[in-house]
Amino acid sequence: MTQSKTGTEGPRIKARGVAAIFILDRAEAVPALVGKHEDFLIVAGLAGTAKDVGALTKDGAHAFALAGVMGAAAMMGLGLALARPDRRVLVLTGDGELLMNVGALATIAVKNPPNLAIVCVDNGHYGETGYQKSHTSLGVDLETIAAGSGIARTLTIENHSELAEGARLIREGNGTAFVLLRVKPTDPPSYKRNLDPAFCRNRFRTALSEKR
Amino acid sequence: MSAQTASAGKATTWQNELYDLLRRNNVTQFAYVPDAGHAVLIDRSLADPDAHSIALTTEEEGVALLAGADLGGARGVLLMQSSGVGNCINMLSLVNGGRFPMLILVSMRGDFGEGNPWQFPMGQAVQPVLEAMGVICLRIERPEDVTPTVTAASTMVFQSGYAVAVLLTQKLIGAKKF
Repeated sequence: MTQSKTGTEGPRIKARGVAAIFILDRAEAVPALVGKHEDFLIVAGLAGTAKDVGALTKDGAHAFALAGVMGAAAMMGLGLALARPDRRVLVLTGDGELLMNVGALATIAVKNPPNLAIVCVDNGHYGETGYQKSHTSLGVDLETIAAGSGIARTLTIENHSELAEGARLIREGNGTAFVLLRVKPTDPPSYKRNLDPAFCRNRFRTALSEKR
Repeated sequence: MSAQTASAGKATTWQNELYDLLRRNNVTQFAYVPDAGHAVLIDRSLADPDAHSIALTTEEEGVALLAGADLGGARGVLLMQSSGVGNCINMLSLVNGGRFPMLILVSMRGDFGEGNPWQFPMGQAVQPVLEAMGVICLRIERPEDVTPTVTAASTMVFQSGYAVAVLLTQKLIGAKKF
């Protein structure tokens, strides 16, 4: 069952309220939601969420952030979560990236690993390419799609007061969690991270095997 | 036993050997878009309590899935029909650039004896497209070549860290009748 405020009242026409709900600042909301980031193995999507995670973890070895292959993050999280059931896996992805491979939500829901949480940082725009509107500014609701795909534990966060519930959702529970974090379309924090994917793969694997 | 049943029995034999071979190589994640050519592997993975059987909505999900598995130290295989190769192209940038090991088994269409013209464009493009993205292709035409070829591919993938696609040709699996 969806844990959204609007619950099961039927179809939600969110496009009408668009201006009012993209109010959180990602530079504050993402760190507040994630909390102690070292508790997670993290996969970040390209562009905005890669920068969010780069700044949050200081390009940490427990995070693998994309700079291409748009649409890969959620499925990389599934593979990692199945490989390491002893660890909590967090995917941070943007609305544009998730929309590109939205079928991944269906694939993930079917497997439903309890150690996986997906946070979609939804600013309603393609920030990296000049802030063109994405579908989520035009009425598409990714939490409803996640819930309709069969992910039982979902939440939309639009205000500061909802962050604590989201923080609990991504750290607890007996199934995959999906959190739609609505933020205003402002630039993510800047952090210079290593863009060599082979280096980052080795760094991640080495750090993880040393902790084994 | 009819010729058709004998042929089906032979196919089941090499497919079962293939599953056992993959499991002996510590492959634990089996990702696929359902396909008749991989039916035995899919069914065996569904029945295996020590393996993850992951049905995909599109093949590119599997490329990302197995890259994530590798980050966690697990091995997987991606099963697809030749048409699925086209769905994976940009996602293979992750494999090529990140030097992720990637084992792909492709059941071919649009190939030897194909009766559906819609299958030809992608079927004929499989090998050049994969090779353009840095994936090494090994073709199999005879049942007795399955085990040695997939053994070789597993070494190339899991020891050397390369991406290898094993093409199960229509000489091996037969052309679908229309």
